[in-house]
Amino acid sequence: MAKFTPHTENEVKEMLEVIGVKKVDDLFNDISKELRPKSFSLPSGKTEYEVKEIFETLANKNKNLILFAGAGYYDHFVPAAIDAITSRAEFYTAYTPYQPEASQGTLQAIFEYQTAISRLTGLPYSNASLYDGGTALYEAIAMAVRTNARQRILIDAGVNPIFVNIVKTYIINLSLNIEIIDLKDFHCDKETMKSKLDESISCIVVQNPNFFGFIDDYEELFKIAKEKNICCISVFNPVSLSILKTPGEMCADIAVAEGQSLGMDLCFGGPYLGILATTKDYLRKMPGRIVGKTIDKNGKECFVLTLQAREQHIKREKATSNICSNQALCALRAVVYLSLLGKNGFKNLGLLNLQKTEELKSKLKEIKAIEVIKGDTFNEFPIKIKQPINNIVNKMLEKNILAGVPASLFYKNMQDILIISVTEKRTDNELYRFVEELKKIV
Amino acid sequence: MNVKNGYYYTKEHEWAYISGNRAKVGITDYAQHKLGDITYVDVVQTGKVVKQFEVLTGVESVKAASDVYSPLSGKVIAFNSKLTDSPELINKSPYDEGYIAEIEISDNSEIKNLMDAENYKKYLKGLEK
Repeated sequence: MAKFTPHTENEVKEMLEVIGVKKVDDLFNDISKELRPKSFSLPSGKTEYEVKEIFETLANKNKNLILFAGAGYYDHFVPAAIDAITSRAEFYTAYTPYQPEASQGTLQAIFEYQTAISRLTGLPYSNASLYDGGTALYEAIAMAVRTNARQRILIDAGVNPIFVNIVKTYIINLSLNIEIIDLKDFHCDKETMKSKLDESISCIVVQNPNFFGFIDDYEELFKIAKEKNICCISVFNPVSLSILKTPGEMCADIAVAEGQSLGMDLCFGGPYLGILATTKDYLRKMPGRIVGKTIDKNGKECFVLTLQAREQHIKREKATSNICSNQALCALRAVVYLSLLGKNGFKNLGLLNLQKTEELKSKLKEIKAIEVIKGDTFNEFPIKIKQPINNIVNKMLEKNILAGVPASLFYKNMQDILIISVTEKRTDNELYRFVEELKKIV
Repeated sequence: MNVKNGYYYTKEHEWAYISGNRAKVGITDYAQHKLGDITYVDVVQTGKVVKQFEVLTGVESVKAASDVYSPLSGKVIAFNSKLTDSPELINKSPYDEGYIAEIEISDNSEIKNLMDAENYKKYLKGLEK
C-alpha cells in the first residue's frame, strides 16, 4: 500500500514539527471553522477486488443497445489503432505538457491536430482544443464580447440546447444578454435574425446541421452581420464537413464543435473534445494553448507554444481564459482518427452517413403514422408521430433499440417529434429491425 | 532616457501631445526600454470612449503583456494602423512614428493630473533610486 500512501504518520509528524504546527487541521486555521466542511462523507477503504466487483456490477447494468440517438454525440466506429497509438506511454496524458520544449512529440501531435482542424473548418487558426463543444461555444462568445465590447448575443434555437445550457451556466454572473431566436419550420429563422442585427449585437450563433439535422447555408446572413461588426459563430458537426460547405466557406469568424465524433467512444458525459477555429481578426482573443512550428538555434525544425501573451501565466487576471491546458489526449485521438481515414476515407465516411440516413428516411416514409419532416439533412432527421414519443422510445428500448432523442426533452412545444440519427455503423439488418419494430408500435 | 518637452506624462509612462482639443498618445521611451522588443499592439477601435487613466489598449513584448492607460478622457478618433504590421515603431520612435492613438479630449481640466517634462524627469529619477 505504501505506493499509494503519500506520507506515513511519522513523516507527517516530522513535517509538522519542522514548520512548528501541532496538527494537520491547524494548517487550515486561516479559513474560519464554519466555512470548512464538517465531513467529506468518504466511505472507508476497499480492496482492489471489492472495487472491481462494484464496478463490474455497475457496468453490467449497461444494455447493449442499437443506437439511433445523436443530438451532438454520435455512434461512429472507433478503429482499434486509435487506442493502440494514443495509449503509448509517450502520449498518454490528458494535458498540454508543462515543459513544452522538452515534449516535442506531444507538441507535434497538437500541431498536427491544429492543422487538421484548420483544414476541416476552412479557418486559418485552431487552438490546441478545449474541454467540450459547449465550453468551446462559450469561449467563442467570450471572444466576440472581448473584441467588440457589446453585450447582446443572438442564438438560433437550432443550436444544440445542451451547449446553450453550458453557455448560460458560464455567463450567469456576467452582464451578457442571450436572446434565443425561435425556429421556423425546424430551420433557423434567418429573416427574423437579420431584422435584429444592429450595433448592439456582439455575436450571432447558428449551427449546421442544426439540432434536428437540417442543413442550411449561412453565408448571406454572416455577410450582413459582418457589415455591422457582429461576430459570426458557427457550430458544426465535424464529420459533416467531409461533404458540406465549411464554416470558412460561409465566412464564419469562429467555428466550434463537439469533437467526440472524431474517434472518441460515447461516454456518459465525456471526456470529449472542444474544437475551436478562427480567423486572424480574433486570433489574439482566442483562449487555450497554441502550438507553433519554428526553427531552433541549430536550424532544426521544432515546436513551441506560441502567442502565450494571451495566457494567464503572463497576462494574469486579464488572460483570455483560465483554460491553460487542453484535451490533449482527446485531440490526439481526433488527429489519429483523421489521419487513419485520410481525405478520401473521411469523405466516404460522410457519404456513408448520408446514404444510410436517406435509406432509413425512405423506409419510414412508407409508414402511414409517421411523417418524416421535409428538408435536407446529413446524418440526423426528425419525424413526427401523433403519439406520446416517450412511450414509443420505451417500447423500442424493450427491443434493445434506442430509437432517438425526443425533442420534448429540450423543446416543450415539440411533444410529437423524435430526432433520429444514423451513422455508418448501422447495418442494413439494424435499419430493417428498427423499421419493423416501429411499425408494430405506431 | 529621452523625455520630450511639450508632452504631458502619466505615472504609468504614457504620454500625451496636445494640440487644440486633440491629443496624440503613446508610451514613453522609458516604458519601451523596460518592455523590450514590442511584438504586438492591440487595435484600438475608433469611436471607443475612454476615461483618464483607464485601459486604452494593450501591448505585448518579448517580456510581458501590459495595459496602456489613456492619459486623458475622450473619444478615440484614430489608431496608428502602422503598428499592426510594425509594432517595433514604438521601440524605434516612441514619441513620433510609434504613437498609438489620437483622441478627442472631452475634459481639458484633466491635463492638471498629468506631469510636464520637468516633473516626469524628476519622477523617473525617483524611480531609479
